[in-house]
Amino acid sequence: MASVPATRLFRSLVVPVTLLLCWEGISRAGWVTPLILPSPTAVAIRWVAYLTPLEPFDAAAGPWWRWALSGELPHDVFTSLLRIVVGFVIGAGLALPLGLVMGARPLVYELFNPVLQVLRPIPPIAYIPLAILWFGLGNPPAFFLISLGAFFPVLMNTIAGVRAVDSIYLRAARNLGAREGTLFWRVMIPAAMPYILTGVRVGIGVAFIVVIVAEMIAVNTGLGYRILEAREYFWSDKVIAGMFTIGLCGLGIDLGMSRLNNRLLRWHRGVEG
Amino acid sequence: MSAPLDGGVAAPAIRARGVRKVFCAGGREVVALDGIDLDVAPGEFVCLLGPSGCGKSTLLNAVAGFSLPSSGELTALGKPVTGPGPERAMVFQEYALFPWMTVERNIAFGLEIAGAAPERQREVVDALLAKLGLGDFRDRYPKDLSGGMRQRVAIARVLAIDSPMLLMDEPFGALDALTRRSLQDELLRIWAELKKTIVFVTHGIEESIYLADRVVVMTYRPGTVKRIVPVGLPRPRDPSSAEFNALKREVTALVMEEQARHQADEAHATAD
Repeated sequence: MASVPATRLFRSLVVPVTLLLCWEGISRAGWVTPLILPSPTAVAIRWVAYLTPLEPFDAAAGPWWRWALSGELPHDVFTSLLRIVVGFVIGAGLALPLGLVMGARPLVYELFNPVLQVLRPIPPIAYIPLAILWFGLGNPPAFFLISLGAFFPVLMNTIAGVRAVDSIYLRAARNLGAREGTLFWRVMIPAAMPYILTGVRVGIGVAFIVVIVAEMIAVNTGLGYRILEAREYFWSDKVIAGMFTIGLCGLGIDLGMSRLNNRLLRWHRGVEG
Repeated sequence: MSAPLDGGVAAPAIRARGVRKVFCAGGREVVALDGIDLDVAPGEFVCLLGPSGCGKSTLLNAVAGFSLPSSGELTALGKPVTGPGPERAMVFQEYALFPWMTVERNIAFGLEIAGAAPERQREVVDALLAKLGLGDFRDRYPKDLSGGMRQRVAIARVLAIDSPMLLMDEPFGALDALTRRSLQDELLRIWAELKKTIVFVTHGIEESIYLADRVVVMTYRPGTVKRIVPVGLPRPRDPSSAEFNALKREVTALVMEEQARHQADEAHATAD
């Protein structure tokens, strides 16, 4: 039995290791210039340099962990994640109540749906010119674009979730004496939770895409900005190191969401506690 | 608590007079119930029996207050039915347990929303878990339970609010025969102990005779009361006894007449 996790680990590493070896081989053989495709080792070296603090450790300046996180990469990651969180909280914070009401009240749905159907297909990226005109440069346009990206997935899924609530739960709750408020909080929202969480997951994914784009145009910090900056200096290794960092962050967010999902939906069919 | 029965002239728990229910289906009016007159005495166990489409579930839903009659008079526990209420607790065929709540929270739900103290909730849940043999399942979610166990939880959930009346809509219809029999016996035990009024919808002829004080056989569309068959047999009843089978034959003949009308109607609909 002990060999099973080891076998699985081995299988999951075969393709990445092979790809890295091929890539390293191609670079070493000199088939492409480092500008077009730097070798994995160059990227790794650059990534470590990007990660490590710029100043030597000085106990007077503060605790060691603050020093350890004082590098460019932790700072960029923190800035980008903060933008995602703020933008997502604004977007989802507007979408969730609207979605709940639209799902539960056909009148509200009919009032808002036409506008939303037209706005929904517009990618957040297309709002960039307006975002800059309205909010200038810096964090505000980034927050705007990210919240826009998070808004629609959360909204659409919340509406679908509330509409998909099996009426038998409502009947059972009413029968046991539940009034409208109880129905809403104790029945509709938990019953719609699988959909809502799907919306949250998609919304965070979109927010993550949008933050990189927003950082490429409106601000001068964060992972998106760092990639663009490296491009201007022809630091291809740093571009790839930045991309790799984005990948790691995305993976981390998705794992976190997945754990949250399993925790909140442990009652749901097909979810293992 | 149900009203005291003094002198045998207690007001009926359910009283229906001329209850009529009309649905609109595909632009056509369908009369689901027509001229239903029925009294159910407090503490009585009544089965509504008939083929699909006879309106037995419609009548139960009307008593529950989910779907009110189009016309006629319908009172439960002395009050006209105007909507759902915990004094007319419903057990559904599909269990309708809240899947996001544990067994314990499902059972306590009615008490909780009525504002009962946590200690009181716990006390009631403990008693019901023991009564229905659910002790080991307190912290499980409904998805982890078998159909029979789920229906036990659903029964515990309505017993928790101590409703004087239980409305049961084919509650054991989806269960295998052995589980069904054990739940039937358990229900009879609970009924004898707690003196609830029970209205039980079924299309099982044997089930209705096994359980009920009176079997109300309904006609196929529009649903009317075809005949009320009193089951005078002492409990526990033996489905293999001659008396039981005589009743079963009588009731089967009544139901089959309606089933024939149902089939004729379906054949007609297919021919259209």
